[in-house]
Amino acid sequence: MDHRRRHLLRSAVAAGIAASGGMFASTISFAGADAGQRRFVFVLLRGALDGLAVVPPVGDRDYARLRGELDLSQAAQRHRLDDLFALHPALDFMAGLWQQKQLAVLHAVATPYRERSHFDGQDVLESGAVAPHAAQSGWLNRALAGLPARGAGRNAGIALGSNVPLAMRGPTAVASWSPATMPGLDDDTLQRIGQMYGGDQLLSQRLSEALGAEQIAGAEAGMGGMGRAGGAAQIAQVTRAAANFLAQPDGPSVAMFDTTGWDTHANEGADKGLLAARLAALDGGLKSLREGLGTTWDRTVVLIATEFGRTAAVNGTRGTDHGTGAAAFLLGGAVRGGRVLAQWPGLKPAQLYQGRDLMPTTDLRSAMKSVLRDHLQVPQKMLDDEVFPDSAAARYLPDLVRA
Amino acid sequence: MLTTDAAIAANRFGYGARPGDLARLGTHARDSLSQQLDGGAPLLTDRALPASRDLLARAEELREQVADAKADASPPAGGAPDAQTAQLAKLGKLLRDTYLPAYAADVAARAHAAIGGERDFLERLVQFWSNHFAVSVDKIVVLGLPGTLEREAIRPHVLGSFTDMLLAVEQHPAMLLYLDNQQSIGPNSKAARAADRRGRELGLNENLGREILELHTLGVDAGYTQKDVRALATMITGWSIGGGKGRTRGGEPGVFFFREAFHEPGAAQLLGRRYAEDGVAQGMAGLRDLAVDPHTARHVSTKLARHFVADDPPAPLVDRMTRAWLDGRGNLPAVYRALLASPEAWSTPLAKYKAPADYIYSTYRALALPFKDKAAGLRVFEQLGQRSFQPGSPAGWPDRSPDWDGSSALLQRLQWAREVGLQLGSTRDAGRLAADVLGPVLTADTRSAIARAQDGAQALTLLLAAPEFMRR
Repeated sequence: MDHRRRHLLRSAVAAGIAASGGMFASTISFAGADAGQRRFVFVLLRGALDGLAVVPPVGDRDYARLRGELDLSQAAQRHRLDDLFALHPALDFMAGLWQQKQLAVLHAVATPYRERSHFDGQDVLESGAVAPHAAQSGWLNRALAGLPARGAGRNAGIALGSNVPLAMRGPTAVASWSPATMPGLDDDTLQRIGQMYGGDQLLSQRLSEALGAEQIAGAEAGMGGMGRAGGAAQIAQVTRAAANFLAQPDGPSVAMFDTTGWDTHANEGADKGLLAARLAALDGGLKSLREGLGTTWDRTVVLIATEFGRTAAVNGTRGTDHGTGAAAFLLGGAVRGGRVLAQWPGLKPAQLYQGRDLMPTTDLRSAMKSVLRDHLQVPQKMLDDEVFPDSAAARYLPDLVRA
Repeated sequence: MLTTDAAIAANRFGYGARPGDLARLGTHARDSLSQQLDGGAPLLTDRALPASRDLLARAEELREQVADAKADASPPAGGAPDAQTAQLAKLGKLLRDTYLPAYAADVAARAHAAIGGERDFLERLVQFWSNHFAVSVDKIVVLGLPGTLEREAIRPHVLGSFTDMLLAVEQHPAMLLYLDNQQSIGPNSKAARAADRRGRELGLNENLGREILELHTLGVDAGYTQKDVRALATMITGWSIGGGKGRTRGGEPGVFFFREAFHEPGAAQLLGRRYAEDGVAQGMAGLRDLAVDPHTARHVSTKLARHFVADDPPAPLVDRMTRAWLDGRGNLPAVYRALLASPEAWSTPLAKYKAPADYIYSTYRALALPFKDKAAGLRVFEQLGQRSFQPGSPAGWPDRSPDWDGSSALLQRLQWAREVGLQLGSTRDAGRLAADVLGPVLTADTRSAIARAQDGAQALTLLLAAPEFMRR
């Protein structure tokens, strides 16, 4: 309690220093009521989503030449966004959100990581640090400390999936939930296990988290039967459960889940094929999330990001190799959408990063910081000092969300 | 007398104690581990397990059948996109039908070896290497193959040299297919030039070259560059699989085959060293040097030490293993012996949280249960979060406590423990069993929880749920 109050005080002071008097007042009122009702979902696409396929720059004269068999110039016309960009033809639901100005596209983005290892790239993306393995906790977890207090046994964050990903690990306790549950444990046995764990801090904490999450998920618990990793049924199952948690008035403010299968080295496909099927599954999952959230959707921001992009040109096996600049998405009722946020670097050989990848021109942390500050009302000083240390280069982006 | 050494030997280096194991190990637990290294390679000789060449030859036949059926059915102009999709779906189903029984047989065979065998330290090593060189079955074309990689490329070399294991793995069809090398083509190769004349572009795929450097040998922080990735990818162009049709026909179907026409001609520069053009031997020379590179020695020794001893293994232990690796030019038993001879390996029991597979194997062992080959036996791995041979990426399963100790993962483990307790609790004396298989690491809390349980089912559930049974 004391700790929590200190946080609130510190937040208020920080906001007062950083902003005008008007901002100061609004921060206080958010911290009291409204901020607790806002929701944020982080979707991590592991494996490096091909940004030039998901948001093809069909208006760039060099695009079709580089992409060869993967060219979407014709197929993506059905989801044309503006003079330069289109959306992958498999993304029907997201295209609808664009029409309703609830989808913003970020392009040519990157974390500070500039090598091409999935595992280190994901580490940087999740930890919020500037180098791999520099932090043992994740940015999303550290941001949870800046959210309003909630009742005992209520976690500010939940990870959907059987283990907690790095982005959600850290000092603040989070709940986790996964669909593959089995019947059989009775209350008496659970209570005895809880007693036996009395001397074991890790296990007793995990057990109480597990039991808390189990009660809330209720309706979803009996579904069972995981689909293939990243398959449509599995993603929809996870997003429906996420919606169940988030839609509760005293539910978590933040949810995270991840999907794999984006590492398209060979036979990536254009409007049909491997990547298109994965994208359709993701699109369907987001639709389920929106339906499950009901009116909570109006107060929700979803960030979809990946560790890095892929090579600008198609490779020798009708796929793409690990690259640099990537695409990311912000969507939800609280997003000021209908915009592509990109300083487009171009695709001529000299404009590519190391002559092969889309040049990153926007720091992905800018979007993360801005959403946390302007949507979840995490104090800016906390974001700059603790959540994203050494991120001065990642400037805040104004007006990403509806205040 | 049940010694701490015996508990460490059984849990840290094996898949957990069976009834009577700790008593048998007694005071010579350390010797018993090094004796496991003295025998022959831990091969699986069950004839029912298919060879990769047979599985792949069968897959090739299926591909041809589907292609022929299509040629008969559709007009010469070529299939419409929908026909093509249907054809792919049909092939996918046929492949799955062929591969799934092979996959299940291999999962069961390694489980048998882990649960029933006397040399479970070696089985731990086999599964460590199999995970180090992970081939994940979420890619359908390799669904039946990771077990063949383990049997054909890892088991023969687990008591041999890392160099031999590395060569065997990188030339195994499962790895070539998984990381796309079979169709990687040198930009100046004969095949690429011929394709160019026909107006098609063929080229390099960096996937295998990159993962060899990053995951299999040097490690990501070793200071190599994008140029080195490309160089190695170029050196192994042509490393492919026999079979195919038309222009690419050649070699024995389903067996490693060097396609000279795919190979990038000329010398290559890898990590500052020049490798003259030498056909298939150019890539092999590169791998031989990588296998004994000091970065490789440290990277893989660290992983081994992390797997067996602690999430953050003590530096002196890693140093000794690295030195043994370099002194022995990658001789693996020397590295294992350096591990076993280190004092750090015999202190701080229960430092690791069990991964789900460890938890399952150790449960079977503690209860002296045979592994059921049935679907239910296989499904437990999936239910507890570690579907066999499906880590989801070439990095393999992670190996630290936070990767496995999530709250819902714990709940799934407890639910399975409860099912096992309900099935077998009435046939076991859980209190006696706890003392037998946990020995000196059994705590007073657990002992009294088991003693006060309301029935045998609950007592056994509590043993399997105990903190000291969750760890190793």
